Amino acid sequence: MRKISAAWWFLAPALLVLGVFFLLPVLAGLALSLTDYDLYALADLRNLRFVGLHNYWELLHRPEFWAALGHTLYFVIVGVPLSLLASLGAALLLNSPLSKARAFFRTALFAPVVTTVVAVAVIWRYLFNPKYGMVNFVLGHFGIAPVDWLGDPHWAMPMIILFAVWKNFGYNMIILLAGLQAIPQELYEAARIDGASVWRQFRHITLPSLAPILLMVGILTVSGYFQLFAEPYVITEGGPLQSTESVLYLMYDEGFKWWNMGTASAVAFLLFVLMFAVTAAMWRAGEARESLT
Amino acid sequence: MRVARAIVPALLAACTLLAACGSHPEDSRTLEFWTIGREGEAVVKLLPEFEREHPGIHVRVQQIPLTAAHEKLLTAYAGDSLPDVTQIGNTWIPEFAALHALEPLDALAAASRDVREPDYFPAVWATNRFDGALYGVPWYVDTRLLFYRVDLLRDAGFDAPPRDWAEWRRQMDAIRAHSGGKRWGALLPTNEYDQLLALALQQHEPLLRDGARYGNFRSAGFKRALAFYVDLYRRGDVPPYTNIQVSNPWEEFGRGAFVFYLSGPWNIGEFRKRLPPSQQDAWSTAPLPGPDGPGDSVAYGSSVAIPVASHDKRAAWLLIEYLSRPLVQQRFYELLGDLPPRRSVWESPALKQDPKLHAFRDQLERMQPAPPVPEWEQIVNMMQDIAARAVAGQLTIDQAAAQMDVQADTILAKRRWVLQNQAR
Amino acid sequence: MSARAAAWWINGALVVATALALFPLAWMLSVSFMQPGTASSLPPPLLPAHPTLGNYHELFAHAGMGRYFLNSVFIATSITLLSLACNTLAGYAFAKLRFAGREKLFGMLVGGLVIPAQVAMLPLFLLLKYVGLVNTYAGVILPGTATVFGIVGIFLVRQYARTIPDDLLEAARVDGAGEARIFLQIVLPLLKPILVTLAVLTFLTAWNDFMWPLIVLTGQQHYTLPVGLASLSREHVQDFELMMAGAVITVLPVLLLFLALQRYYLRGLLLGSVKG
Repeated sequence: MRKISAAWWFLAPALLVLGVFFLLPVLAGLALSLTDYDLYALADLRNLRFVGLHNYWELLHRPEFWAALGHTLYFVIVGVPLSLLASLGAALLLNSPLSKARAFFRTALFAPVVTTVVAVAVIWRYLFNPKYGMVNFVLGHFGIAPVDWLGDPHWAMPMIILFAVWKNFGYNMIILLAGLQAIPQELYEAARIDGASVWRQFRHITLPSLAPILLMVGILTVSGYFQLFAEPYVITEGGPLQSTESVLYLMYDEGFKWWNMGTASAVAFLLFVLMFAVTAAMWRAGEARESLT
Repeated sequence: MRVARAIVPALLAACTLLAACGSHPEDSRTLEFWTIGREGEAVVKLLPEFEREHPGIHVRVQQIPLTAAHEKLLTAYAGDSLPDVTQIGNTWIPEFAALHALEPLDALAAASRDVREPDYFPAVWATNRFDGALYGVPWYVDTRLLFYRVDLLRDAGFDAPPRDWAEWRRQMDAIRAHSGGKRWGALLPTNEYDQLLALALQQHEPLLRDGARYGNFRSAGFKRALAFYVDLYRRGDVPPYTNIQVSNPWEEFGRGAFVFYLSGPWNIGEFRKRLPPSQQDAWSTAPLPGPDGPGDSVAYGSSVAIPVASHDKRAAWLLIEYLSRPLVQQRFYELLGDLPPRRSVWESPALKQDPKLHAFRDQLERMQPAPPVPEWEQIVNMMQDIAARAVAGQLTIDQAAAQMDVQADTILAKRRWVLQNQAR
Repeated sequence: MSARAAAWWINGALVVATALALFPLAWMLSVSFMQPGTASSLPPPLLPAHPTLGNYHELFAHAGMGRYFLNSVFIATSITLLSLACNTLAGYAFAKLRFAGREKLFGMLVGGLVIPAQVAMLPLFLLLKYVGLVNTYAGVILPGTATVFGIVGIFLVRQYARTIPDDLLEAARVDGAGEARIFLQIVLPLLKPILVTLAVLTFLTAWNDFMWPLIVLTGQQHYTLPVGLASLSREHVQDFELMMAGAVITVLPVLLLFLALQRYYLRGLLLGSVKG
């Protein structure tokens, strides 16, 4: 008896904080998304109407929502593989027995992860300034005409993708590095004796051993990238021509610029459903592959 | 570890204490005053005299950046954390008045010696009224007109600024030709709505119809304005840049990257400050050209208002009165270049004899307010988003106008319901 | 390819990667010392011609950066301490205390990881408004405790606490010690390594948190560094050098903290991510 009640005392603070400041708002958000809470309701609650699934219906018919979704998917589909490639590449380099000063390189490559998004986003905006930015200056040396990173709708999102990759690759690099170091050396020895090339060793030993970690890291990165917000907010304000407007940016605009809280909540929940579906699918695909091997 | 355990409740107590402190005014009547943009830096210099006149009132100024001001004010309203007195754009007054966020000031203004309504430009005073009551006192008046490089215009063969659209277009074409395509005619950032709005307000048709219940962007007048606007980019007279790409327009103006700049009075002070003395005679201002002659412009401006949630409305009104005094307004103008909303202040030598101000004095008599609906900020942003796509060639004029109407009608749906409800 | 050539390629690639990773930060530092207006010229300068501390002076004297810095320190520290308290207690309970529904409850918590925090933000704002906590420190700290490192923190502590031998705890119980005493005198000292790790992870994440403080802090006097910097960057978009100085002030503390405590930070990362 004593043991049971003691446990609940231990759990109480965490459950209380999580319950009040996380679970409760999430449920309230669901309720909010079924109303048309807006400025008028803010002034006078009698102006609030229950609208059922109307917000969702209206969103799914709004071109702006699909555009925001498209931009977010573009960011995820291009950014995640790029980020994982960079992380894996860096991890492989660090893991190589031929690399020197490993601790230094590891720290240096990880440094961008620790920095504040807002601060480095400000730096990025200046680096990619079409006229005075370092990037176009360097590109100019290679004979490439200045790219309008901030103004051309086709180049703004790639710039943000580069930013996300630069900022985050170190995180996954550490995890993949740990995974690489866990692979027993004997496997590589045996393969070398058998005459396998470096590439074959990579394909048949490294990748399969890393598969579960890669999957997990992939899911985490996908989930994080769906929540793209700070970069468009600081660097491009959603532009140019809303080409960097992500789903969360749309939610922020709807909710805190125009105070259409009902619509904004619906946006948040649609995003959640989508994220859940995608990560669940990835998880299941990963499990299926594992059961095959 | 026991110490660690003691720290936690202590910190919790400290947090709640600080939280409590955070939401209550301090002892000696601190007046929280929010300003938008650069006004904060300038008004701080005017405050010592106010505080000398009213010992016991201390004014604390907080500056909000212009691009975030609207959402900051709304969020503050929603979070019950509006200040004691605030600057507010006059196009937002209908919105905040509809929210019952602002204190009606009719009685105070009628009894005041400093705030005298007849002295104010009527168009600007009118923008502060909503539903029959006064919700703000104009602080400075603002409009949009042409800043231009006199020397570069003369090089292209013109001695005077344009008076109508056709002449403006001609001049910009000549500028392009004369500079071999290196110089733009004008800079009109595509993510700012003021420029298109000014052109649109020059038309006879209103932007919203039916008691501001539906969009009216498909009217012939608006389409004409939109066509003229989009055409400027298509002809190559205006670059399709946002204000993020041209983050330093003053330097570009000084370097002669473009000749015309559709902007407002604060830039008089900015150009005077940022351009070298040798270039001060090279630029001037001109009233906005209209379709068939000098045109109207937007009746912008900022007012000072007292939120209903203000802790010290009496002190807030004292500050408003102080800022409304002609002498103080004159000093404010000298600090920043913001235009006074009172005719008497315009008679002072500093304003009357400044050649760069003549165009403004002229334009102030030809101003049109934006439609006074709470949703206006959202509608005008939507308008510019769609216009920018038309500029980029993604939409035709007719398509853009149709989309604007569809969106405006959606945005105004709740308003229609509320009005219907109230009528019952 | 000979081993020597391979070594050159590999180390060369590492050098290039490091240069790319560090260049923006180094440039940020360099520009922050440049005279106002000099950074926006062609070719873009790498080093300041006439280094000056003017930008920093401007930030602290007129833009209130000192205040934002203190706010960040206070808020991040508070979130860390509160979070540590909650997560340690709960993590230990999930690991070592037996009670009905333990696994199910933990499963639900892990499920909560899937929900993005933004879903909660809008109604949370309204909730805080009705309680009067908008624009207060508590309004940032309490939700921060839940979302900054709430569930993952519990997970980490649980993982680590599981390694505590049960006999140790049983012996103490047999001796008649209460659960509270066991926790304070036996468990906490054993958990010290993970606590330090968790503290570092939580502090860094709380320091960098942006979206929620942006929403809930309406008054300048409560702004944290990221929010203050974002606000300044919209107001002073043309003052490169000033913005870079602001970025340095925001980034430097966490970078230094990371360099000093990276051992704990990286360990915590791995503990949480690589399946035990």
